[in-house]
Amino acid sequence: MRHLLSISDLGVEGIEEVCRLADHFTEVSQRSIPKVPALRGKTVATLFYEDSTRTRLSFEVAARRLSADVMGFSVSNSSVNKGESVRDTVNTISAMGPDALVVRHRSAGVPHQVAAWTGAAVINAGDGWHEHPTQALLDCYTIRDRLGSLAGRRIVILGDVKHSRVARSCVRAFTALGAKVTLVAPPTLLPPAVDSWPVDIGFSLDAVLTDCDVVYGLRVQNERQSEALLPSLREYTAQWGLTVDRAARMKPDALVMHPGPVNRGVEIAPEVLDRPNATLNEQVRHGVVVRMAVLYLLLVADPNSP
Amino acid sequence: MEAEDIKRAVWRMAHEIIERNHGLEGVALVGLQTGGVWLAEDIAGALLEIDGIKPPLGTLDVAFHRDDIGLRPLLPEAPTRIPFDFDGQALVMVDDVLYTGRTIRAALDALSSYGRPRAVQLAVMVDRGHRELPIRPDYVGKNLPTRRDEMVDARREGVDIGELVK
Amino acid sequence: MSTVVKGGRVIDQIGERVADVVIADGRIAAVGPDLAGDQVLDASGCVVAPGFVDLHAHLRQPGAEEAETIETGGWAAVRGGFAAVVAMPNTNPPIDCAAVVREVLALGATAPCDVYSSGAITVGRKGEQLAPMAEMAALGVRLFTDDGNGIQDAGLMRRAMEYAGGLGVVLAQHCEVDSVAAGGHMHEGEWSSLLGIPGVPAEAEELMVMRDIALSRLTGAPVHFQHLSTGGSIAMVRAARGAGLAVTSEAATHHFTLTDEACASYDPVFKVNPPLRPADDREAVKEGLADGSVDAIATDHAPHSPDAKEMPFEQAPPGMLGLETALALGLTELDLPVAEVVALLSWRPAAIAGLAGIHGGPIAPDAPANLCVFDPDEEWTVDPDNLASRSRNTPYAGRRVRGRVRHTIVGGRPVVVDREIRP
Repeated sequence: MRHLLSISDLGVEGIEEVCRLADHFTEVSQRSIPKVPALRGKTVATLFYEDSTRTRLSFEVAARRLSADVMGFSVSNSSVNKGESVRDTVNTISAMGPDALVVRHRSAGVPHQVAAWTGAAVINAGDGWHEHPTQALLDCYTIRDRLGSLAGRRIVILGDVKHSRVARSCVRAFTALGAKVTLVAPPTLLPPAVDSWPVDIGFSLDAVLTDCDVVYGLRVQNERQSEALLPSLREYTAQWGLTVDRAARMKPDALVMHPGPVNRGVEIAPEVLDRPNATLNEQVRHGVVVRMAVLYLLLVADPNSP
Repeated sequence: MEAEDIKRAVWRMAHEIIERNHGLEGVALVGLQTGGVWLAEDIAGALLEIDGIKPPLGTLDVAFHRDDIGLRPLLPEAPTRIPFDFDGQALVMVDDVLYTGRTIRAALDALSSYGRPRAVQLAVMVDRGHRELPIRPDYVGKNLPTRRDEMVDARREGVDIGELVK
Repeated sequence: MSTVVKGGRVIDQIGERVADVVIADGRIAAVGPDLAGDQVLDASGCVVAPGFVDLHAHLRQPGAEEAETIETGGWAAVRGGFAAVVAMPNTNPPIDCAAVVREVLALGATAPCDVYSSGAITVGRKGEQLAPMAEMAALGVRLFTDDGNGIQDAGLMRRAMEYAGGLGVVLAQHCEVDSVAAGGHMHEGEWSSLLGIPGVPAEAEELMVMRDIALSRLTGAPVHFQHLSTGGSIAMVRAARGAGLAVTSEAATHHFTLTDEACASYDPVFKVNPPLRPADDREAVKEGLADGSVDAIATDHAPHSPDAKEMPFEQAPPGMLGLETALALGLTELDLPVAEVVALLSWRPAAIAGLAGIHGGPIAPDAPANLCVFDPDEEWTVDPDNLASRSRNTPYAGRRVRGRVRHTIVGGRPVVVDREIRP
């Protein structure tokens, strides 16, 4: 594997390999000096065309724990604002010889285009509505850590699936590992032709709540109201919010997950987030070790392995 | 070497460890993944029988610390587990075969991110020569002269020398 | 000085026959066996057809000369066998008044093919206020369109049709209801869903086709539908024609050759408006062309500079080159007799554009000498670096096709001879 553009690049074996490597990096992270020289002399560049605190930070921490040098480019402090094209920026960064390029852009497919223009390994850190593969990997790692395996698990992905790159990556990854995924959302927030996806579709959260193993909430953005996709956020919360009452009807060991940042009180009630089966902090922690695994897999491990 | 020879060598090395460290106070063992783990376990077993004390036992994977990363595919084989604090202890690193010394260099590097031992000693079942770094073992099961194109495999059941398949 | 096209098979509205064609003084002088002339153009193994007419080309001048000029677009046209093109009005400034029409016609006068100007239906193509159609019609404009935009306001479209009816011109519609298409960049369906690219449903086109058929019934005015891309649109046009309404239509080459799956590469060279559709729609377009529901093949030739097509898919402008590959793709993909493909490229579009006396007519003495000579069996590979267009955004790079233009004659002048342009 040369690039990580989509979960499809990994396949089942690749996802499992990432999780196995992440176990090792979990151990590394617990050392008194949580750093190994595996990527010494390599450079990881981050190219973010969209604001992101956690993802960017997570990649940078991961790279540093592997002893890589980190170059950061963001829209606000580079020449992108002066009208420089993506291609020109990529050419400039490539001339500095990075080994990996971590790319985020508001439009689907930009990492694919960048991969054609650079010799570096390209990691998709989120492209439009398309994919956010490292998020799905850390989610798989979190579920595996808590529940042992994804095979046969019932996972409800709740909310704005249509506009969610996280949902597209998670559906690919969860179903690859044998989970049964149900999308629950108002029909206006489901993607077109969703019947061609390998998932079940539900309108009512209450109908699926009691026997699922994971409720994976997605962020609902305010502008969905002005686009006439939702009558109001209040109505959304009433129908599809993970309220205290609803959370109480879940199986005791069922997980509450969310890629963050959460609209507290809209998608998930604040009290639910404080419960021990809410994994939000673990997801963030696992983000670092999973991204270490991805960087290691792309830059060190056998290029012929999955 | 046969299984019996291995057993005798383990016993002898255990005695030497006790002798060198004046007992087992402040001594810990770390087996290198994966070949050194069985040997560390066997030495720990022998120490218990001889001295009535089983020293702390850990495992170490050095894949992330190797200097030949990028020259060959390198995936970690098994986890590092050092469930004890070894600051100020004498740490005996255990591996099956000592060859170029690069694994040991990587292991020394890796250890430094866990703590600061008082001393690090090295125990190996087979020293096959061809060192590329200034590293020497403290406890040796057997010195076994080899050619570079040979492969040495040291297990509980015995030591085999085979041709390197290219 | 006379030119003779020797040894070809003549195909026109009258039929098919083996004949030489002699050209002198810009007109056809003689058609028959064993003719001679000063200059001989070998047509053995070739079809000799009326020069093609493209109802739909974006020549980009004025305003975007880095992508194409009327001259370079003209060379691309003749290389594809086109003797006439209708230039779309989405230039900068747009062709929405007599002054810009005059500029386009003046630039077109020196181009290798005949360049006809379309005119915008509304001022600035903004869909708010009728453009001065009469003053443009007086300069010879016969086809009015806001192409690139559909006219959203049904009431305004009704008035435009009524007004145009009095001028004897035809209104051509780019069918797209903006509020349904909003924000889309490819066909809305399984592929857009997987790729995470905002989609445009087929219904965004079909709703406007439906509306304008109704308005044509109301006003009695003719309407021409541009680049139809869906099975639903074609079925409605077929029914409307069956009901005797004055409805004509065209289909773009890419809509009978490519599908939305091509967008999986995220290469903006496959971004076009209307978007590439699924295979069912592609087959429906082919059927429409085969049964006459769709009158013409149009190229929707839309050059864009490399910079523009290296943008992210969602930001890149829509459009692909078409002039130099239309004939070959028609012959390769349509599974129609050669004469039918020729009809779709010449006399049928010529009639819609009001050019019947000049283009697409029978190859007979005294007719204007606009001819295309092509080898229907020659195979070749599309190479973006070997195009006369100033731009390179062909979606067919590396594609093996059959049928190649050997000579093109415009107004008696051989502008393409043995596949090469003659500036």
